[in-house]
Amino acid sequence: MKAFHIITLLLGLLGAFAALADTPDGATLAHQGNGHGVAPCLACHGADGGGQAAAGFPRLAGLPQAYLRKQLDDFANGSRTNATMQPIATGLSDAERDAVTAYYSKLPIPSAQSANAPTGDDAQLAQILATRGRWSKGLPACEQCHGPGGVGVGDHFPALAAQSSVYLSNELHAWQQGSRHNDPLQLMQGVASKLSDSDISAISAWYAAQPAVLPKEGQP
Amino acid sequence: MNAMRMLVTGATLLLAACDHTTPPQSAASVASVPAPATSAAKPVSHFSPPEESSIPNDDFGKQIALGRQIFVDPGRYAKAYVGNQLSCENCHLDAGRLANAAPLWGAYPMYPAYRSKNHHVNTFAERLQGCFNYSMNGKAPPLGDPVLVALETYAYWMSKGEPIGTSLPGRSYPKLSKPAMAPDYARGEKVFKSDCALCHGDNGQGQQTADRTVFPPLWGPQSFNWGAGMEQITNAAGFIKANMPLGRGNTLTDQDAWDVAYFMNAHERPQDPRFNGSIPATRAAYHDTPDSLYGVAVNGQLLGQGTAK
Repeated sequence: MKAFHIITLLLGLLGAFAALADTPDGATLAHQGNGHGVAPCLACHGADGGGQAAAGFPRLAGLPQAYLRKQLDDFANGSRTNATMQPIATGLSDAERDAVTAYYSKLPIPSAQSANAPTGDDAQLAQILATRGRWSKGLPACEQCHGPGGVGVGDHFPALAAQSSVYLSNELHAWQQGSRHNDPLQLMQGVASKLSDSDISAISAWYAAQPAVLPKEGQP
Repeated sequence: MNAMRMLVTGATLLLAACDHTTPPQSAASVASVPAPATSAAKPVSHFSPPEESSIPNDDFGKQIALGRQIFVDPGRYAKAYVGNQLSCENCHLDAGRLANAAPLWGAYPMYPAYRSKNHHVNTFAERLQGCFNYSMNGKAPPLGDPVLVALETYAYWMSKGEPIGTSLPGRSYPKLSKPAMAPDYARGEKVFKSDCALCHGDNGQGQQTADRTVFPPLWGPQSFNWGAGMEQITNAAGFIKANMPLGRGNTLTDQDAWDVAYFMNAHERPQDPRFNGSIPATRAAYHDTPDSLYGVAVNGQLLGQGTAK
């Protein structure tokens, strides 16, 4: 009986090693790169996946895996243009892309870096854009797709809350100018074309300062 | 345990470093991206409802504001009367203010009205009851209930300055002209997969975040029931054409809108509350029109069976 258990254990370990041989490790990729040219992600996206807000390097922690995976594929095939990410994404194998995106999607969202929430008129403008939109101009509210509080919805609508304000603003301008165009159904190009510079500045700063997780709502 | 972990980590690193088998992907296939469609807004001027900032700060204003809250989040503010995951705002966009999305200011001045749906003159409050019975698959608040009072107050306030009894441009949903080809399930399914499933899900189930509906279910147990107006293909096609995909209204062709409306309404949904024991008899009584697929067999499935909650 004892011998049987030991054999089972050994076989199990063997199996685990075999699995590791086939499957790249997301954490290793994130922290050390892939050993043949791809730099570790943490150099820009932070040790905890929280990004570097001021530099506009986005938070990856807690974003949907399918979304992250699509971005890597789009960087690699050129449908999303970024001089830094293009060689990195190209240098990652299929399995490595899976592993590293799975890793980041499961990382806990780091507590918010101190983002300066807009105040006064900017805050009011941002809140209206986030929760109501501007339907007189055909503009939906951000949360109609990105969810209440901008916490993200499903595979295709990433969180805006607790995301780098510089990153959000850069991307909105890129959608607007057409330099970013990998959005499904051109939803973001349509939205961004209806935003002014002051809209973008207000909404980016506002979402950066929102909590990553919805506060519990009481009953009315 | 620690030694084991180190061993495993070390082995992983070694294996990762040795993995030269997968060549980097080429950057060859660049998807061609069409230019963003410009909005095909028609130069029709619509009634402009009052700004929300003009809601008075008094007891009357409180009812207007409550009505608006119920309207955008009935699952929270009118919970007892809601039986699915929908919100009024799903079909009446911008809190009931948007032209061509059945705005409240389009409906309010048209009541009381005789309705063939129930063969008598309906007050606006009774019309609101219908929304709860059918679209919300719930139960009607009794006349005089605070929920109906607040909703009616909100609609009244929004309609300030309008002529009574006049059908205004932008009321209800646009009536599309008859499609070149009869609406078709297979073509509709293609449209659904390419333009709708991203948000509404592969099975039309919608999407929620933190128990809040973000993208409404289009059929199935959490959607509107067979008695709702959206069950009629003309209504659905008009709504879809003018408003879907959200923020990109009027980008689908009329034919696509007809086909995908047919596809949506060729799925099972909760039973019509007026069900009289037999699908053919219920069809004869309430759905005797080519506009409804209730009681019709589509792809070998007889529609109108309802769904278990």
